[in-house]
Amino acid sequence: MIAALIFVISLAALLQFFVLHCRSMLAYSRRIQLSNHILEVTGMTGQDVAAGDFDRLVQLVHLCPERGDDQKQIRVVGLYYALLNMVGRMTRRVVPSVAQWVENERRGCSYFAAVALDRRISYSRDLFSQQVANHT
Amino acid sequence: MPGIYSGLLCTAGVILEAYVVVCLFFRKSFLHELSINVYMIAAAAQTCGLVACTLRFGITSPIYGYYYYYSDSLLTILMFWVIIHFYQEVFQEMRVSRYVRRAAVMLLLATAFFSYLVVRQNQHHLTSQFVVEMGQNLYFVGLVLTYLLWGAVLKLRETRMRLVQLVLALGVYFSATAGTYAIGNLFPGLYMPVLRYLLPILGLWLPASWAYTFTKIPDEARLAAGRLLARAR
Repeated sequence: MIAALIFVISLAALLQFFVLHCRSMLAYSRRIQLSNHILEVTGMTGQDVAAGDFDRLVQLVHLCPERGDDQKQIRVVGLYYALLNMVGRMTRRVVPSVAQWVENERRGCSYFAAVALDRRISYSRDLFSQQVANHT
Repeated sequence: MPGIYSGLLCTAGVILEAYVVVCLFFRKSFLHELSINVYMIAAAAQTCGLVACTLRFGITSPIYGYYYYYSDSLLTILMFWVIIHFYQEVFQEMRVSRYVRRAAVMLLLATAFFSYLVVRQNQHHLTSQFVVEMGQNLYFVGLVLTYLLWGAVLKLRETRMRLVQLVLALGVYFSATAGTYAIGNLFPGLYMPVLRYLLPILGLWLPASWAYTFTKIPDEARLAAGRLLARAR
């Protein structure tokens, strides 16, 4: 009985802490301006990223050399994005206000992926210029 | 945890824990975040001990099982020190650190006394079931403390983003681990096929997320914790 109670409370707390943790990461990434390079690479026109672009951006992230410090966080946000997709599908017709919130959050996830891609592209450029400098 | 899987997780865990310590050292925060550093070093030492135990006694030996669960419980108690450090950070401006310290000592004594009573009552059968139950209770106490800490963060309108992320990551860790232990208690049959693989992955969460926080979030970054909730509504 106690174990069941602990399980239920832990599950509720886990969901809350997980969502808040992801939201804090997204809130921080929203403050970072995307560079012109990333806009060129992804074909985006402004600082706004479409909610559905997340998967495409993550695929591009995986094409770049790993920096070794953001892989886990990208996975965590990917999990959050999948959770949002599920909630969005369930609430789209029943509770439109929740669906709107989900859409905003999904856009935040895509923006996070764009920031990660931006970091990796600039890291790749640094690596390339270092190699060029070493060869000359 | 057989073979390669165990080796990979142990190596990743030790690397991440060492990374957090080195990162804090180079940022000249080693003494300020002493509790985190001590926890990370102890966790890395526990992992090394676990590998030594596996090589010497074998993974199926009772010594391995007792070492795993009891050292994990000791680490959880060490983690309470980290939580107390966060409480002191949150209540810093109220200058109540003396009371926080006293409350912490009382909590530690109460935990020790409770554990003594439980061990005394179970001294003839300190079985794996007992250690799982103790682990579950300790993690649940950690979860409650972290939840109260999060309440204090919101109430006092804490804006230090790094502290907010550290506390939230701690909450995820305690809730996930307490839930996993509770499931293990409810369905002991699940331990061998599922939980023994899941627990070490959960152990990676904390050093990984803290490593990210210390690397990516500058000390001066600010975010009103209340905004995270306000938009969620």
